[in-house]
Amino acid sequence: MAGSYDLHRDLQNIQAPVILFDHVSKAYQKDVHAVEDICISIKKGEFVFIVGSSGSGKSTLIRLMLREISPTKGKVFVAGRELSRLRRYQVSKYRRSIGVVFQDFRLLKDRNAYENVAFAQRVIEVPPAEIKKRVPRMLSLVGLNEKYKAFPSELSGGEQQRVALARALINNPVILLADEPTGNLDPKNSWEIMHLLEEVNRRGTTVVVVTHNREVVDMMQKRVITLKNGRIISDEQKGGYVYAKY
Amino acid sequence: MQSIRTFFYCLKQGIRSIFHNGKFSLASVGTIAASLFLIGLFYFVAVNVSYVMKEAEQNVGVTVLFEKDCPERTVQAIGDAIKKRAEVAEVVYISAEEAWENYKKDHLNEELASTFGTDNPLEDSASYKVFLNDVSMQAVLVRYIEGLNGVRRVNALDGVAESLSGLNRIATLISVSIILILVAVAVFLIHMTISMGISVRKEEISIMNLIGATDFFVRFPFVVEGMLLGLVGAFLPLGILHLIYSKVIGFLSGEFESVFYKMTFLSEEQIFRRLTPLVIGIGVFIGLLGSVMTTRKQLRKISLR
Repeated sequence: MAGSYDLHRDLQNIQAPVILFDHVSKAYQKDVHAVEDICISIKKGEFVFIVGSSGSGKSTLIRLMLREISPTKGKVFVAGRELSRLRRYQVSKYRRSIGVVFQDFRLLKDRNAYENVAFAQRVIEVPPAEIKKRVPRMLSLVGLNEKYKAFPSELSGGEQQRVALARALINNPVILLADEPTGNLDPKNSWEIMHLLEEVNRRGTTVVVVTHNREVVDMMQKRVITLKNGRIISDEQKGGYVYAKY
Repeated sequence: MQSIRTFFYCLKQGIRSIFHNGKFSLASVGTIAASLFLIGLFYFVAVNVSYVMKEAEQNVGVTVLFEKDCPERTVQAIGDAIKKRAEVAEVVYISAEEAWENYKKDHLNEELASTFGTDNPLEDSASYKVFLNDVSMQAVLVRYIEGLNGVRRVNALDGVAESLSGLNRIATLISVSIILILVAVAVFLIHMTISMGISVRKEEISIMNLIGATDFFVRFPFVVEGMLLGLVGAFLPLGILHLIYSKVIGFLSGEFESVFYKMTFLSEEQIFRRLTPLVIGIGVFIGLLGSVMTTRKQLRKISLR
């Protein structure tokens, strides 16, 4: 497993699922499992919702996929590579192929929209001339090309989430992880963000969305994986929000 | 090209962070400067004490007396053999006449001295005065000289030699201990400043980790920050030490001339030729150590969420 981790290269030849949870359990404390015996297989180009109430283990799955934590039991594979076997220096290369958006946008408050998106390129050492070309293109894709000079405090919640999305997409990710992307948005902005995610997915990026937003899940008719108390209670290919009866 | 760009980017971030955390940076520079100032003062004392002792050591001599009617050739051979020793700095021949003149000067008044007329009571007291460059080797040298043919007696002040080298050792030990404590305090303070910088930039670091920044890219600005704080903290005390050294030395050797008339101190040039790189080196090292230790520990604690 030596050398750099290039997800784009690995995915070209891979037949296996792009994301695979193989009987994964994670316990933060002894015998207290955040997730237990999780088996998920996500194909290249899929759009998947992961739903469940607070504490059901959704965020733990995101953290496992980001290789922020490792499973206590089982294995997580991305593009055929087991994440817990990645060395520290390989993890940063791996994360360059994963885009992430969060409920609280996670923008740098002292930088404007352009700088926030450019920051993602700068930290992976993209040449400045390239950054100048790519950032306006990406801001235009999320419909913010006219507000590139605005600071986060001058943008609405929906606009901030678009900046976050532009930042997540600028490095051309193979997988986009969205953790409650509409959690702080009104219905109109929520739909706009979901349409953007759908557009990203249509262009070939695998999208995994963790959400509480029942309306969005029911309307979009995508694959839905439901968690309860750290276990999968349903996995439907074109499903809606499942109300746990247990 | 890319790494040069990254280097300058990190440098810019490090400088930016210093101004961003202005108060803490100022506190760090202040404490590093204070520590290095004290280190400088101890250095002044330590090297001057060592220098004065060295001078004193060289004035501690061994007197070699010859057997009665010892032929001139043998006296010459003894002198040559002593000069060859590594621990010997200088060998001075004192004839019987000079010995008597010295004795009269030191111990007799003119009236008493004149009673001896032309007699020389020390006519068998021609000797070699041997000065050492390492006084701790005195006992070894004495044993060696005593074994030479034609040597009647060797006079040496054992106690002086031992106490001088002992004093020198204690002074060095105390200085080194205090300097080490001060360095540790300065490292701790840098650690606090960098920790503060990390907590202020926690969100930015977490985003950097999230989007795939390498460890180097995340850590280097903090290392730059620490080293720059150390560097600035080194120049301040150097300036002040420069100002005070010549004045203090001038004061000590001028005002207390009667007491210190035998003491000579190292010149400003001699002191700062070594002290300047030493203080700058320690300053940068403190900054480097503090920031590397802190970033290694603190950055791993920052979660991506």
